[in-house]
Order: sequence, then structure tokens, then C-alpha cells
Amino acid sequence: MRDVAIVSYAQTPYVASETKRNEVEMLMPVLSEAVDKSGIPRREIGFTCSGSTDYLAGQSFSFVAAVDAIGAWPPICESHVEMDGAWAFYEAWIKIQCGEADSALVFSFGRASMGDLPSVLTLQLDPYVLQPLHPDAISLAALQARALLDAGLGSEREWAEVAARCRRDAKDNPDALVKGDVDVEALLAEPNVVSPLREHTLPPVTDGAAAMVIAAGDVARKVCEKPVWVRGLDHRVDPHSPGLRDLTLAPSAKLAGEKAGAASKPLDLAELHTPFAPQEGILRRALALGDDVRINPSGGPLAANPMMVAGLARLGEAARQLWTGKGERALAHATQGPCLQQNLVCILEVA
Amino acid sequence: MSEPQPLSAGHVLEYTYKRSVGPVLGRFFTSLRDGKIEGVKTRAGRVLVPPMEHDPETGEATSDDWVEVGPGGTVTTWAWVAEPRDQHPLDRPFAFALVRLDGADTAMLHAVDAGSESAMRTGMRVRARFADAPTGGIKDLACFTPEDAE
Amino acid sequence: MSEEQKTVKAIDGPTRLEYRYSPGRASTRFLRGMEQKKILGQKCVGCGRVYVPPRGACARCGLPTEEEVEVQDTGTIVTFTIVRVPSQNIEIELPYCAASILLDGADIPFTALLRDVPVETVRLGMRVQGVWKPDAELGPSFDNIDHFTALDEPDVPFEKFQEHL
Repeated sequence: MRDVAIVSYAQTPYVASETKRNEVEMLMPVLSEAVDKSGIPRREIGFTCSGSTDYLAGQSFSFVAAVDAIGAWPPICESHVEMDGAWAFYEAWIKIQCGEADSALVFSFGRASMGDLPSVLTLQLDPYVLQPLHPDAISLAALQARALLDAGLGSEREWAEVAARCRRDAKDNPDALVKGDVDVEALLAEPNVVSPLREHTLPPVTDGAAAMVIAAGDVARKVCEKPVWVRGLDHRVDPHSPGLRDLTLAPSAKLAGEKAGAASKPLDLAELHTPFAPQEGILRRALALGDDVRINPSGGPLAANPMMVAGLARLGEAARQLWTGKGERALAHATQGPCLQQNLVCILEVA
Repeated sequence: MSEPQPLSAGHVLEYTYKRSVGPVLGRFFTSLRDGKIEGVKTRAGRVLVPPMEHDPETGEATSDDWVEVGPGGTVTTWAWVAEPRDQHPLDRPFAFALVRLDGADTAMLHAVDAGSESAMRTGMRVRARFADAPTGGIKDLACFTPEDAE
Repeated sequence: MSEEQKTVKAIDGPTRLEYRYSPGRASTRFLRGMEQKKILGQKCVGCGRVYVPPRGACARCGLPTEEEVEVQDTGTIVTFTIVRVPSQNIEIELPYCAASILLDGADIPFTALLRDVPVETVRLGMRVQGVWKPDAELGPSFDNIDHFTALDEPDVPFEKFQEHL
């Protein structure tokens, strides 16, 4: 295995609705910042990979238009995944492992506010027996939340405490969208959106973009004072239909965590891609995270959940924590699909 | 450059897909149209409803062994939708639920027309209600209703 | 009962999504300009190329196109095609010419409808001018230029526009 490290990261401030800039205009400053901070000249970056979905803008092949933001001339080696940017990160890491590149630019973007996100997300479901019933993302997460309540593996109070902690931690994150001190009792008094989920357990619809540069060992050491090393990386998937799974568990997250070596040494923090508050408990158990591991110090997806970006942002936010001395070993997690169907786990270390 | 007022415009994306369903879902939908719910057995004997071409646990092709299940079943989890969306299966408050039909080993997602949230609980018995005018698809099972309400 | 009715072989899966699309800064400025019959391009801060319509970035340099440049409604045909087959949602009388036009002052051509010219006479290097809709019908739209038509000017030699295909 080649050593690979995150050498730079940049993201937009996350907003509820980006109406002034299109995707390319949103991306350009973020890409420039990530490339400039990396210390690797743009033309020397060996591979570029992005993650996004065209359904957010309702324009087919909008990801190709986003290439305008890179300045892909003379032609570059480039790829795209119809997945969160965390999977673009995975592809870039593989590309470096294969020796086909020594550095890579990874980015993702989304303006979910232009459409109706819960409906857009139904299009990721099986089109024969699920999609015709239009089980929106919030309803599916509510099925999972109810299963947790029934199994005694969560409570509404626990979820409200998770939401309150995330918003409190987000006060230190200039890019977060939903932040501040809130009273747990006040959160519990909110009406249900889809019972048993109340507003505070849901992710905010968020627009934004993020970019990251990663590099192989020698390059990383040369350009970066404090490379954040990828010590383990794995992703796994569970069956698609929610009726085939025990929704209180995330076997694919557990397996990915084991394969990535999460438990080999103590962790200081974990950035978990938990769009819905009840999912934090599921992931804590699947990844065997103890009370001493700080969860989502950035505020996490309950503070900002840019669709297709939030997973890559977990990697970036974890790296930022390590760069600023908030720990030495972090776990970053990303998810896709309904009810934590697919999970990626990355172990990051400085030193 | 000064910043002009941002423009915006409505945009509708519409596709009229016709999807071939294959032999397994084809049989399932055909039975459903005729008011019957069928599951398929995996090689290990588990009954999948809705049926699949492959066993999700092993990836092996499922068997040719079909069994009729339901029309009664048990709710394994549910979510109360107080404000249905336009595309939801019911236009009044309802529950999305996972229902394990009698004779099945997996649960299927569908709607429960229970009237109010207080009528819902995990473990409750429900019964399939079929569409009055079937068209060949999952919506030929219109929804489930609480068994004790009948 | 036909075989079709006996076995379900396919299902209809209509999909409908509604959006409120916002085009971003560069396109908004361009469309606001069109409202006043002005064609506003943008120049790359790196290579100096002028994009019409602008999208906010120079696709070659990956840099913002920050300087606004007004270009003319006259230009040159750099390539074209004659459409002879009907297609859905297009109600133009056949045959018609769709031309790639490089406006004077711009570096990137775009496609537009050419009218009032016998299609047999269309050629590369031909000079053309935009025909605007009546003032009362102007809106923030590229459609303000209803079509292009031929100008009575000498053709531009290929060498002059070969970099802009």
C-alpha cells in the first residue's frame, strides 16, 4: 500500500439557498483555495474526480459543465461518480494506490435548494416496488427511528440532545448553517414532521461545495507541513430494500470500520455522516465508538448537510480538526442510500 | 461589476419511463392484479416478499418455488405522515410501514390507512386492500388497513 | 384475453420533479443585458478570451471571467448545418439552417437560427446580424434575438476564425 495523505481542503460557507451563483461559480473559489493551499501546481495534479448528482439541478450532464471550473485544458485525467464526494475521494485514493497518479483533486457540489430534496431522493430507490409509493427520505428515516424506539436503542430525548450538541459545536465552525445554543425541552416540544421525527432531527437543506487535494507519501511530505494520513479506507453496502434489513443496525458500516482498522488504536474524534439525528446511535454502536470519542465536532450534517458534499466534508472537517491540533487520530464516515444503506469509513492520522 | 437581482425560473423535469419488470416481478404484479400476493423462496427456503430474482444474502438465483402469502400481516415499524405529499399513495394522513405478510420472511414497504396516529403501533395486525381498478403494478395493492377495524 | 393482459411485462414509471432554477451571476448579468438589447460577454482574467454567453468561468483556465465586455450583434458563421428532418417540439419550417456564430468581439461561438437566407447559399465565413424581437416583447432571455440573417458584407477568410471553431 502507498501512503496517501490529505494535504489541503476547502469548502464554501454552507447556505440554505445559493441563488446568486451557479455550480461553477460556487466551485471556482473552493477549487482555487484547495489547489493553492496544497502547494502542488494545478497542472501537476495527476487526477481529478468529482461527486455529484444531476437531479439536484434537474439538468442532465450538469457534472460535465462543472468541469469548466477546473480549467481542464490541455485535457486532464478526470472522472466522476454519481455519489457523494467521499466516493470520489475513494476513487482518487485507488488511482494513487494503482500508481497511476501521485496526487489528486477531489471535489463535489450541490444546490439542493432548487428542487424538493425529499422527492429528488426517492429517485435513488428501487423503481418497481418502492418508487411508485414515493417513500420520501424523511419517511424512510422515520421508519428507522421508530425501529430504534421499539428496540429500546434510542429515545426522542437522546436525539434532541444530539441535535443540541451539534448546533452548539457548530458555533465554532464558520461554515456551518444551523448553529447556536438551544434548549432540549424546546426541541422536544416541536411538532412532528413525520412521526417520530421532529424538525431538529432532520438535516437542513443545504447548498455548497468542497474540494480536497490528496497526495502520495513523498509528494505529501514535500508540500505539506502536516499531512493527514489515510491509514485505512473501506466502503460496504447493505441490501437496498428497507424491508430486508434490521434498520437498527448498520452491518456495512461495522464491516467497513473493521476493514479500515478503526479499533486498532484509540480515536480522538469521529466525523459521522448522520443526516438524521437517530442515526448517530446506530453508527456509534456499529463503529464501537466509546464516550471518549468526540462525535461531529464540526457540527456534523445536522448543522450543514450539502447533498453529495456532506460525506466529503466529513473527511475535510476531520482533517481540519487534526490540522488544528484537536486530536491525532480521527474516523471519517460517509453514507449513501436510504437508512444508512452504504457506508464508507476512513481512518485519518497525523504524526 | 455590480450585482444584479438574481434571476430564477420554474423548471419541470418529467420522464415517462416504461420499465420492463422481468419474470419474477412480472409474476408478482400479475398475481397482485388478480388480488393475490405471492412470494418467492430462496434456495435456503426463505420467502421473499416482494420477490427478487436473487437472494439478497447470497446473490444466488431464487428458486421457482412460489407461495401465496397474506393478505394479513404484521407491522414491524411505521412512520406517521400527517401531511401527505402529492405523490404519496394516500391523500389523507397515513402511515408508511414495513409489513411482514403472513408466510413471508421479509417485510414490504407500503401505506397503512389507519385514520389516526393513535391507531398505529408496532406489532399490529393489518390486512391488504386491493385497488378497485388494477393496472398491473405495486399500487394494485392499494394499502393495508388495521385488521381490528374490519 | 391477450397474452399482454395475462402477464404483466412492464410498468409505467412516470417521474416529475419541479425546480426553481437560478442561473448564477454571469448568466443573470447576461440575461439582464439582453433585456436592454445589450449582449454582455465576459473576459477571462487569465487568457483574455471573451465568452458569450458567459457562464462565469473560463473552461480553459478554470479562472473567473470577471471583466464585462459588450459585444456586437453582428458576427461570422464558423460552421453550420441544414436541418431537413422534423423533430418534436421544433416548429420551424424545413429546411432551416442552424449556424454556429462568432459574434464580433467574442471568442466562443454559439448556435442560433439563420433565416431569410436560401439554405443553399449558407457558407463558412458568411457575415450575419441578429434580428431582435420588438421592444415590447423583450425579456431577460436569449430568445430576444429571434434569429440571425445575412449581412451584405464580404465573407471573412477561414484563417481569421479558425481558432474559434
